Order: sequence, then C-alpha cells, then structure tokens
Amino acid sequence: MSATVTIESIESPESLPQWRLFWQRLKRRRIAMAGGVVLVILYAGALLAGFIAPYHFDRVDNQNFFHPPVWPHFSGLRLVVTRYESMPGSFVYQAVPNDTAPVHWFVRGDKYDLFCLIPTTIHLFGAADDNHPIYLMGTDQFGRDVFSRLLYGSQVSLSIGLAGIIISFALGLLIGGISGYFGGWTDTLLMRWCELIMSIPTLYLIIALRSVFRPNISSVQIYGMIIIIYSFIRWAGTARIIRGMTLSLRERQYVLAAKSLGQSNLKIILRHILPGTFSYVIIAATLSVPYYILGEVTISYLGVGIQEPSASWGLMLSAAQNTEYMHSFPWLLAPGAAIFITVLAFNFLGDGLRDAADTKS
Amino acid sequence: MSLLEIKDLKLDFGRGAEAARAVDGVSLTIEAGETVCLVGESGCGKSVTAQSIARLVPVPPANYVGGEIWLNGRDVLKMPVGELREIRGGVVSYIFQEPGAALNPVFRVGNQIKESLKLHKPEKANNAEVIRLLKLVGIPAPESRIRNYPFEMSGGMQQRVMIAMALASEPKLLVADEPTTALDVTIQAQILDLLRDLKNRLGMAILLITHNLGIVGDMADRVAVMYAGQIVELAAAGELLRRPLHPYTKALMNSVPKLSGNMDRLVTIPGNVPRIGNFPPGCRFAPRCPVARPDCSAAVPALVEVEPQRWVRCPYWNDAIK
Amino acid sequence: MQSNNVSLLEVKNLKVHFPVKTGMFSRVHETVKAVDDVSFSIAPGETLGLVGESGCGKTTLGRAIMRLVEPTAGSVFLDGEDITGMKGATLRVRRRKFQMIFQDPYGSLNPRMTVEQIVGEALDIHKLVDSSSARKKRIEELLQAVGLDALYAQRYPHEFSGGQRQRIGIARALAVEPKLIICDEPVSALDVSVQAQIINLLSDLQQQRGIAYLFIAHDLAVVEHISSRVMVMYLGKIVEAAEAEKMIREPLHPYTQALISAVPEVNPETKRQRVVLPGDVPSPIHPPEGCPFHPRCPIALEGKCSQEVPPLVEKAPGHFAACHFAGKKIAG
Repeated sequence: MSATVTIESIESPESLPQWRLFWQRLKRRRIAMAGGVVLVILYAGALLAGFIAPYHFDRVDNQNFFHPPVWPHFSGLRLVVTRYESMPGSFVYQAVPNDTAPVHWFVRGDKYDLFCLIPTTIHLFGAADDNHPIYLMGTDQFGRDVFSRLLYGSQVSLSIGLAGIIISFALGLLIGGISGYFGGWTDTLLMRWCELIMSIPTLYLIIALRSVFRPNISSVQIYGMIIIIYSFIRWAGTARIIRGMTLSLRERQYVLAAKSLGQSNLKIILRHILPGTFSYVIIAATLSVPYYILGEVTISYLGVGIQEPSASWGLMLSAAQNTEYMHSFPWLLAPGAAIFITVLAFNFLGDGLRDAADTKS
Repeated sequence: MSLLEIKDLKLDFGRGAEAARAVDGVSLTIEAGETVCLVGESGCGKSVTAQSIARLVPVPPANYVGGEIWLNGRDVLKMPVGELREIRGGVVSYIFQEPGAALNPVFRVGNQIKESLKLHKPEKANNAEVIRLLKLVGIPAPESRIRNYPFEMSGGMQQRVMIAMALASEPKLLVADEPTTALDVTIQAQILDLLRDLKNRLGMAILLITHNLGIVGDMADRVAVMYAGQIVELAAAGELLRRPLHPYTKALMNSVPKLSGNMDRLVTIPGNVPRIGNFPPGCRFAPRCPVARPDCSAAVPALVEVEPQRWVRCPYWNDAIK
Repeated sequence: MQSNNVSLLEVKNLKVHFPVKTGMFSRVHETVKAVDDVSFSIAPGETLGLVGESGCGKTTLGRAIMRLVEPTAGSVFLDGEDITGMKGATLRVRRRKFQMIFQDPYGSLNPRMTVEQIVGEALDIHKLVDSSSARKKRIEELLQAVGLDALYAQRYPHEFSGGQRQRIGIARALAVEPKLIICDEPVSALDVSVQAQIINLLSDLQQQRGIAYLFIAHDLAVVEHISSRVMVMYLGKIVEAAEAEKMIREPLHPYTQALISAVPEVNPETKRQRVVLPGDVPSPIHPPEGCPFHPRCPIALEGKCSQEVPPLVEKAPGHFAACHFAGKKIAG
C-alpha cells in the first residue's frame, strides 16, 4: 500500500500571504490610517511644491515685509483676496475694505522646475496682480511668502527622512546580518565599531562631520551631506538590533534546513534571515523618519545646514527664533506646526504598524 | 455526593457569528480519592474542560453557554469571585505541562511555595512546612533546595516543586494537565510514581489529562476519551484498555506503536483532527471513521450506557473493526 | 561496532565538545562533551534507531554528521569517502546524498515562503531541473509522493497542520534524492494519530526508494517499530547497540532495561515490572568518573564502576553493550 492517499483539505479557500493579512489588520486601525493619509498629502505636496505654491521661494516683495496671512473669501461665487496696507514705517497691516481682486487658477507666474526637471510657469492658483498678493501664511522679514517656502522646504525636509532611512537601514541590515550570522571575530569587530560610533555625543559628531566637508558647497551638496551624516550616525543602532535578531533567527530549523541543502551563506542571510526582521524594520524605519526631519532642523538651526536663500523647515525656524518676531508675527512659526504634524503622523502610522504586526503568527 | 460533577458543560470561544464551540455537552463525575484520566489529542477540549473546574478560562474570549460544575456541593460557574478564590487551591489545585514556565524565574522556590501557603493556610506559612512539603514530593536535601531558583533545578525537580505548591493547600482534587509530557521517560516514571503515592497517602482525587494511553493504564481508575469537544467513551480504565468500544478509541490504540509489538504497518487514522469551529456535522469522527455509515453525519449520536458503567457515543460500536 | 564494507555511512570515534566560556576574558574553563567517542555504521536502505533522553547528545550527533555543527575529533565517511573535513563547493555536492528532517513542524519551514519555494529551493541549489515547467512538475511529484495534493504548492506553511508540515519537510529532503535521511525526532511534536501516518510514510518511502534512515527519538516504542537496529545513548556515549527486537527482548545494559521498564504500557495484561531510576538525567558538563551511568545504576559496584569506563564491546553476536555487568537484570 503506497503513501499516496491524498488527504484532507486545508482551512482557507484562498491563500493569503502574510503581508496581505498584515495590511488587512492595519486598515482597521483608524488613527494609523489617518496618519498615513496625512503623510500621503504632505508628500504629494512636496512632490508638486512648485505647482501648488503661488510664488517662488526666492521671490522678494519689498512692499510687504511681515505681511499677515491673507485668506481668500467668497464674493458671490468667486474667490477674492483683499488688499492690505501698512502704516509707513511699521509692520502693522490693515485690510482695505472693498479693494479686492479675484483669485486666478492655473496662472502663469514665477518660473520653477516641476519635479526638478521640467521648467514651467504654471501654478495651481495665483494673484491677479502684485497689489493683491495671496500670502496664505503671510511673509517673512524679506517679504517672501511663507506658504510657498513651506512647500519648497517640505521637499528638503521630507525627502531627507526617506533617503536617510533607506541608507541607514540598508547599512544596518547588511552589517547586522553579517555580524550576527557569522559570529566570532567578525561579530566582535563590527559590534565594537558600532558601539564606538554610538558612544560619541551626537551634536559633536554632527559638527565634526560637517567640518569634513568644505565650508562653501552648493545647496544640493549640503542636502546630500546632511543625509550622509545622519545615516552614518544612525545605522549603528539599527545594526545592533538586527544582529540580535539574527542571532536568534539563525538557530531556526528552517535555516538549518537550508544549510543542510547546501545553500550559500549569502543567500541564507538574504532569503531566510533578513526577511524575518522585516516586521521590526518597517516599524522602526517609520518611527525613525522624524529623527531625520528633526536632525535637519537641528543642523540648519545651527547654521551649518541648508543655507539661504534655499528653503527648509529648519532654516525657516531658525530665522524665527527672535522672540519679538514670535510675539508679533506668529505665522513665522508655521514650519514648527508642519514638523509637529509630520512627526505625529509618522508616529501614529508607526504605532499602527506595530499593532498590526503584533498578532502575527 | 460526588466530589466533582460536571453536567453538560458547553463553552464557546468568540461571540455571535464567530462563536466556536470548544466544549460541547461534557458530563463527568469524579468521586473523592479516585483517579480519572481525560484522554484526547490537541484541540479536543480537554484542557479547557479541566480549567473550567476552577473557572480559570478567561471570559472573554470564552463564553459559558450552558451546563453546571458542582465542586464540593457548589456550582463553580455561578460562584462569586470571593468564593472562587477560596476553592482555587483550597479545594482544587493544578499542575501544568511545562513546570519551567509555571514557576516564576525571579523568585526562590521556597518563597513561591510559601506564597501558596499564605493564601490558604497562613498559620503554616513557614520554612518548616515548606521543607515538609518538599520531602513529601521526594526532593532530596530540601533544606538547601528552598533557596534555589527554578533555573537551578532540572525539569523533574521543577515538576516536583509544582506538585508541592499544589499540595500546600491540601486540595481535595488535583488537576494535572499533561504533567509529564515535557519530561524524559525515566523522570516521567518517577513523577507518576509520586502522584500515585501521594494519592494513596493523602486520599486526593486526581484528574489527569494526557494523550498517552500508556499513562492511563498506569494511573487511572476511570477514563474518558474526548474528541472534538465531546466525550466519546467513558469506562473503567482496565476495561477500556482491554476492550475499547468506540471506533476512535480503537483506532487510537492501534495507531500507537507498542514495545515488542507488531512490526507491521501501523493502522492510521486518515485525515486530521478537526479544528474548533470546523467540526463536521453529525458524528464528528465520521469523516475519519472506518465503520461510518451515511446516517452518521446526519445527527450527533448520544452518549449511551451500552453496558454497565460503559458509555459510548456511537450507535455502531458493535461492528467489528479489522 | 563492526561495519560491513558496503556501509553507506560510517562514523568513527566522533567527538563533539563545546567549550564553556566563562570569566571576564572568556577563558575556557570546561567543556560540554556532547558526543564522546561514538562509532557506528549504517548500511544502504537500513534504519538505525538512536534513542536517549534529553542531554544525551543524540541531536548533536545528528547535526554533527550533517555538518551543521563541526565535529571536534573523529571522522565521518559517506559512501566510502571521508567528508569530515570537506567544505564549500565540495561539501555542497556531497550534500545531495544525505539530508535531514527536523523536529518542529512549526519552525522547520520558512513562514514567508510558499510550499513551492520551499521544496524548489532544494532543486535550485543543485540545479536539478533545467526549465520552469520541469521544476513545477518535479515539485508536484514530490508533493504527491508525501501524500499532499499538488494544488497546495502555492500555499503558505501557516495554513497547514503539524502533520502536513512534516510532510512538506520530507518532500524538501527528498528533492535532492538522498541516500540517507537523518530524522531528528520527526514525530515527537505531532498528535498521536498523526504520528502513525508519518511513520508509515517514512517506511513506505524507504521501501520505494531504498533510503537509509538514522532515526533519532526519545520514544522507545516508535524507534523499535521503525528500526532494524537500535543504539541507546547516554551522556554522549553509546551504551548499547543491537537488533531492535533483540534489544527490547533481552536488554543487556541496565540503562536500557530501566528505559524499557519506564515506558507506560497500554495493555494492562503485559505489565512489566517497573524499575524507577533515582536522580536526574545528568548534565554533560560534569559527567561522572568511570561509567557515566553509575550514579543512577541499581547494580553499580563501587570501585569498578566508579573508576573504569566500560568499553562498548560485543557481548553476543551483533549485540554490543558498555557495561561491566552487561546482562545482569536490574529488576528484583
């Protein structure tokens, strides 16, 4: 009698890979999904910054320093903006009643590069003329539109987070995986190196690393430098955790089975061990992004990051550190609100991811 | 009056449309001083039934939907919490499968036993009593052992400590849930001997849960076989092992290799044990049963006393199996 | 143990010692002698059972043969070839001849891979198929050979029961067409009714394909049922080896006798006299002087047994025991 009695059926009619089950669980967590939606909006805004922003980040309005926020209102069926006027010599503005101009959509305005590639001049909305500007969040001390700068700044601040986690987690996974899998001297050396990096106080490390680069470099290069510096600082912590997880994963019987089959070490690490860390990695990466954003804020605040006239949230905040400004012109703190919302959204999403991963078999 | 009487116990996991019945109409009595074995494979509901005796099953996700459990004359399912705490340890004690997991790793063994004493016999919560208990369960040099942490002891020793903790409050019923499954066979023999010895000395009743029919032969006065949430056979141990009546019991006994036994192919039970929530209609064993007939899946057969003191849940038990 | 000239696997004086590093500078204080001078052989197509309790070294022995753990001393011959020192590509080629199935059905399959990927990995490593249709066909054949519907190839391990997962593990091992499979407690974690299915499956595969097994388990009845010869291990050493039936009928070593008497007997008619061993299963870090079993042995003689290690010698044709008083009954 042979053993080919093909037997029982198995439970679910349809096979669901684990990530599908994970996604289903995640969808049920409202707050996490809300955070996710907010992030999608923010990143979409960053992607289309030039298009959505009515003005270029560099545009200076000599007539309207510290202009307060102006919101369009409905007059009949049209959106219009009111003109404001200031007393000569002061920065207090009054609205001029009945002096309104309509808001135009898809106007031609300042030149910019869409997606950093396509030069164009079309903006989503814009002012009818220069006397009736649309400053949704007011202007700063140079008469530049805060809303526009906020959008351009989000390109820098938000993308630094993504680039940063990609680099530091890739490094952390690789080093941690190798260290935990091979053990012995490899492990010892790599981990001592990680600990060395982690033990240097962050602030001094930032300044030291900054001084490695020449003082006068272009803003693109500064941008790249910030990513490199922060990735360099943070990969070590990740590597240690991945190494710990690897130590336990390599004893799993399916890893032993792969070894028995003669699978190469590299493929074992990539196929069997590292995927076992993914639930941790996704959550940790999501919760790490705020560090990069705040890191950029710190480094620009110290004056060694993004330079004028470029826009970044950190730079905009450092320009607002004057207490008198904060008191009289509170709209200058808009980047602070933006950072707060972004960090909160990432945290909500990360918490939701963690909860969704928890009940995994 | 029996020490323990479970009457038609019904327990669900989950509510409403998602409710899955884990225990379906289980009735069992245990008299004072007797040893009853509850035998079955994983998922049959034996652990949940046993834990219900002291209402240890967390409600939610569990849900008692029917039946009564009379322990020492009181219905456990309707007791207020204060009374419940008294009977836990006071009337019924438990020992579990993994002694290492049941002992707190950061407290010394002596203190853990004392904690059990403080709850039920506070006047005896002292080292002398702990040492007496450790001697009772056969731990050599107990005076030094009371200062040990659990990780300093072997599996067999840990299980003995668990038994000591369970006995500290002098319960009338000891529920042992697979107490030797995680132990080596020579240690298993020691622990089973110990349980038998304690039963004789203390006059305790034991409800022993196992999947090992050999242990049944060694230890039990009576045995109940469970399948898919129901008792399918109930009889005196010797009788059942000599002459099993239910097809599942017979198949189970035939599928276990025995020492110096037949070297031929083992008779297997095809298919898998059905999981909770997915029980087949009618007789739950029918899809795998060698003598099933079409009408077996029509209705759930009743547990019937077919001979004196022998209950079987199968109308065709008399059909011979090869 | 004698080996005949055509043995498939031959293990000679194998030792696996693990250093125990303690102290501030990880000085090596002690060694765990997990496997201590073990020799045996397996002929093609036969099943050798290896039985023992926890800590006796049987799992380590299995893994050392599989080269998942490096032997400290001794040699392993496969098909007459010394594979002990082999590494890398040379070893990989030989790996087709010997495979392993593991104890934990829930841990031995990668939860993120489909059945097809799990079984297919074996085929890919050794390039056993040259087209994706051939690969698919081969995987279907393997699944059917272990009693699983080929439709299940796209499913994930968590959808299967314990017994089915073990079948997948067996299919994976079969993929490279091994001559020897080391079975490390393959049924211990399964339900009783499912154990029988897997045991029968292994027997059938042996009959169909002539695979030899090293069957490691702690359940004496299961081991005796499936094996032609059995070895009993205690604290890293083989203490008795013989034909399965013979060993159960006439055990020579006191430990074997105690093991047999400790097995709970289902049939109340055939009750054996129970001999209960005192004390605990010993730790391999501090093995006793002399015979490793003497502290628990009911017939140990102070002086001889506590000082002289008994060698494993042939006491009857084909029946080996390591005891100064082999054959003496321990039951009263």
